[in-house]
Amino acid sequence: MNQNELQRKLIAAAQAQPPGDQVPYAFDQRIMARLRSLTVPDPLTLWNRALWRAAVSCLGVVLLVAASSFLLPATRPATTAANATNPELSQQLETTLLANVDQPANSTEETW
Amino acid sequence: MEPTDAELIAAVLGGDPASFEPLVQKYLPRVFATARRYARRESEVEDIVQEVWLKSFQKLSSFRGDAPFEHWLMRLTVRTCYDFLRSHQRNRETAFTELTSTETDWLERFVTAPETATETAAGAKQLIDRILEQLSPSARLIITLLEIEERSVKEIAQITGWSVPLVKVRAFRARAEMRKLLAKLPREKYL
Repeated sequence: MNQNELQRKLIAAAQAQPPGDQVPYAFDQRIMARLRSLTVPDPLTLWNRALWRAAVSCLGVVLLVAASSFLLPATRPATTAANATNPELSQQLETTLLANVDQPANSTEETW
Repeated sequence: MEPTDAELIAAVLGGDPASFEPLVQKYLPRVFATARRYARRESEVEDIVQEVWLKSFQKLSSFRGDAPFEHWLMRLTVRTCYDFLRSHQRNRETAFTELTSTETDWLERFVTAPETATETAAGAKQLIDRILEQLSPSARLIITLLEIEERSVKEIAQITGWSVPLVKVRAFRARAEMRKLLAKLPREKYL
């Protein structure tokens, strides 16, 4: 048996009788229905997506804050002699606010 | 005037999925014909076709428009068919003693009187379908594209995404695989 000729004839048979292109009835509508189900997400899916995004954002903020607390220099209260002449703003504010209270009771001077 | 493919695609990408329907209606026959080259059962063909359209819809934004939409769709179809062949690799070894009477009749005519064994005979078609089913997925794809559809190596490389040298290597192997299958025909009967 001439195998080359056999192969040639069989390939020619495949070419001579190509598969049909008939489309089953309403198949295009089935496709479109399937695609429509893809484009309309259900509410649960939307919530799921939103919550995951929020969780990722929160995690990012947490990591940033943690990193900044390690990397940035912390502000310390003035305890050294060099800093004693520059009291903190909070101390100054406290002194000012309580100045009236700290004055002696028999003082007759009005402050205003 | 009917909108062009490019206009329909732009509408779909602009948020109008209904514009995809004319594309589906226009190219469904071509996709079905291609899928039927790689699957015998109609249920499998329908699965492949549905998969093709789902993928084309989801990946439509990747269509650049520098080639006709039909070419892009056919590339997607062939690749989906190839994925199907790979995922449905059954035991392809069916003995040639299971040939139908139509196939054996045609083979006998080919041996005894080759001019009567025509290419249009049902036996020839059944025989080539049987042989193609027994090829490996890549061999079947190459033989279908290269030998049956007579595409060039460069076209096959573009369709499959394989490099040209890889297509040539696979073509060499596919032809050897096919020769090996044809040689398995019962020698004592047909030699």
